[in-house]
Amino acid sequence: MNIPGTDALLGTPVSIPERGVANLSRRGLFGIGAGALLLGTMVRTRPARAQGEGMAAVAPRPGTQVPAFLEIRNDGKVRLLSPFVEGGQGIATAMAQIVGEELDFEPANFIVDCAPPGADYLIVNGRRLTGGSLSVRSSYATMRQLGATARNLLVRAAAARLDVPEGELTTEPGRVIHKASNRSLAYGELAEAAMKLPPSEVASLRDPATFRWIGKPVPRLDARDKSTGRAQYGIDLTVENMLQASVVHAPRLGQEPGAIANEAEVRGMPGVHSVHKLPGAVAVLADSWWRARKASEALNVTWAEGRHDRALPADFSSAGMLATLRAEKGAGSPAEESGNLAAAFASASKTIEAEYDAPYLAHAQLEPPSTIARFNGDGTLELWMPNQAPEVFQELAAKEAGLDASKVKVHSPILGGFFGRHFTYDAAAPYPQAIALAKAVNRPVKVIWKREEEFLRDGLRPMGFVRFKGAVGADGMPVALQAAAVGEGPIGRYFAANAPVDPSMVEGIAGKPYAIGAKRVDCVKLRQPPVIAFWRSVGHSMNDFFYESFLDELATAGGKDPFEMRLAMLKDSPRHATLLRAVADLSGGWKRGPFDAEGGKRARGVAMASPFGSEVATIAEVSITDGEIQVHDLWIAIDPGRAVNPGLIEAQVQSAAAIGLSSALLEEVVYENGEPQARNFDGYTILPHARMPRVHVKVVESGAALGGVGEPGVPGVPPAVANAVAALTGQRIRSLPMSKARLGSA
Amino acid sequence: MLELNINGQTKQVDAEGDTPLLWVLRDTLGMTGTKYGCGIAQCGACTVLVDGNATRSCVTPAESVVGAQVTTIEAMESDPVGAKVVEAWVAGQVAQCGYCQSGQVMAATALLKATPKPTDEDIAAAMTNLCRCGTYNAIAAAVRQAATA
Repeated sequence: MNIPGTDALLGTPVSIPERGVANLSRRGLFGIGAGALLLGTMVRTRPARAQGEGMAAVAPRPGTQVPAFLEIRNDGKVRLLSPFVEGGQGIATAMAQIVGEELDFEPANFIVDCAPPGADYLIVNGRRLTGGSLSVRSSYATMRQLGATARNLLVRAAAARLDVPEGELTTEPGRVIHKASNRSLAYGELAEAAMKLPPSEVASLRDPATFRWIGKPVPRLDARDKSTGRAQYGIDLTVENMLQASVVHAPRLGQEPGAIANEAEVRGMPGVHSVHKLPGAVAVLADSWWRARKASEALNVTWAEGRHDRALPADFSSAGMLATLRAEKGAGSPAEESGNLAAAFASASKTIEAEYDAPYLAHAQLEPPSTIARFNGDGTLELWMPNQAPEVFQELAAKEAGLDASKVKVHSPILGGFFGRHFTYDAAAPYPQAIALAKAVNRPVKVIWKREEEFLRDGLRPMGFVRFKGAVGADGMPVALQAAAVGEGPIGRYFAANAPVDPSMVEGIAGKPYAIGAKRVDCVKLRQPPVIAFWRSVGHSMNDFFYESFLDELATAGGKDPFEMRLAMLKDSPRHATLLRAVADLSGGWKRGPFDAEGGKRARGVAMASPFGSEVATIAEVSITDGEIQVHDLWIAIDPGRAVNPGLIEAQVQSAAAIGLSSALLEEVVYENGEPQARNFDGYTILPHARMPRVHVKVVESGAALGGVGEPGVPGVPPAVANAVAALTGQRIRSLPMSKARLGSA
Repeated sequence: MLELNINGQTKQVDAEGDTPLLWVLRDTLGMTGTKYGCGIAQCGACTVLVDGNATRSCVTPAESVVGAQVTTIEAMESDPVGAKVVEAWVAGQVAQCGYCQSGQVMAATALLKATPKPTDEDIAAAMTNLCRCGTYNAIAAAVRQAATA
């Protein structure tokens, strides 16, 4: 038996229900429906545009309508409306590569913007979201075909214009060529006629052997704008006549604003327009954001207990939550089961047990959330807001505004980091406030959350707790492994409240590739009161730390080298064994240590992970100085099947290594009395430049199905570091972040 | 009314004197290349140059820079050192989400103006701005590249 993880769930095609969400109650949004909404399952299927003449309008297959995606312009540029939002992962560049390869158009000459909501863009297995490391692998075939279809239209338009057979025409980037007559036409000259032609169902694709851009490290399209301050994020946008809003939220989720003792005084502060009570917050509108912020901080608000569905108990603490998880000894439901566990333990030569935990985490993306809301004269509502799922935000915004979704225009600006932050978690986005305020004052309103409000209302990576029991046989090799993951994950909360197993709780523990005679992984569901969220690599972000650390504990119990033991356990899994050897080669050959190096003793640790359709092997080299872990090098081999842009993949692995290390060493959201204790980066530490190790990346192309690249680099880092620390000090870290551990020097 | 010198131009600004320079730039002058990240001088996304020194504008009162030369990311391509830094940033494909990179470019420019041939220690000491995308290795490489350009 095997339960799929987040990846299998998000990566599976879904049928889109032929109904909207307008009738869901607010409470319903918190049930199973919320998950569907969160990730865009239940978007209504409106026809993109009427097809044919006299026939009923039929919705075309998403991803097939060239004019919905491409504007082929006269200035030598093509504007691509991308189904995906660019937030640093480089998806805009990847889309230009893939479409450009088949269209025959230089990727560098694309302008890529995120498409508005629309049925044409539901190409992520029938949904639309930017997440789950799904973008390229879910859309690769669709976007190639789209480019080929567009090229075919241009060639046919040229055939008509030049009055020659299609077969005599070729293309070179941006032009259709008629060699025989030495004539050529720019795409821009043909676009208008081409878009009027019926698209061919069978426009042929390029032979991959002739690819010029796919598979190459094509430079990012946004590199210059992002190095000169020209790139415009949501927080940078303005609309005419707008007011700016700063909000103060209730310190504890679920409280509501009561009396404001000094409202008149605040209203008299410079630039202040008005003061507004909102659900769970008070807002000040002013003619500049700083004036709004200053006034909002002067407010003297009495917060009253409310009746919020997700109200946090006044005594909620993260320490108490961990104690509750530890105390839960229920059996749970099996997520993976093979072999005869009881017999394996009975005949084993050594059995060990261990408990592991990981804390709540914040996304801590550098751009604070913002939203601009504007009600237009034609009855529409226009929104500029950070989001990873435009149709979902459109539906929810329409509900907030009391409008039909068709009246809500959503702009999805580039994101100043996301990491899972910008789905529709409860009370975690400013758009409902912007809508309410714009309605109240009959003017456009821009809401910016100051950093302290963001730390107060960010959705959290859940707390994790796993209980392990494992055994080795007479030869020292693992013969039995039992794990119970206790808690709650975002898939369970938002998608499958009633399912016995929450895949996001067990991914990275169930489904590991190692040959072990008897295995059992149980999912023990226990509700966590805070708003929980997807966070880069989801359950893998901690579960591979738990599992790969415990696997090293088994190696120690059996007197085995952890690398050689893994290799032996993967002898029937060539893809994994190859990758493990590749990372060892990348690091100059496996050596565990401790060994002498510049500045003292060092050691190395190894870990593997199978996240989001890719495979990853990681080695870390560490030393300890004054009780603090120093990570000198990370070697990461990733096998995403094939590489569409090796440059972007390496950048994503560097980035994933940094956030993985940050979570391993430093990060922890602490709650006391229902409130997060850190409200800014002085209290919530993320990896600084000084602690960034060298990161060596090898992209291995096994030829397997395309896997994700944005998240997979994360999960191997914490266990590789923990295993290196154990090799160096003999101390096993079973609780994150590692900064809590008191480490002796080597 | 405050009179500020921004990128060599004199600007009359209608703002309270204690308004952070960041918000005068962003809101009053519409120069959004300088970013708000934390508001407490922790992240460095708001870094500008004040008389050539890297300065976190989110905690710098506007009135404190009257009479000083303020330089922002918008002027970097026309600054001889800034232009080298920008080119190194583009060539090195440093940016991911990019939100912190205006501040990083400014910090690097301040470093190279004061120390044209920085050691790795100089780079580590000067480049303290946060990057959640973890582009730190690319940043350090681009600073070294700009120093040799």
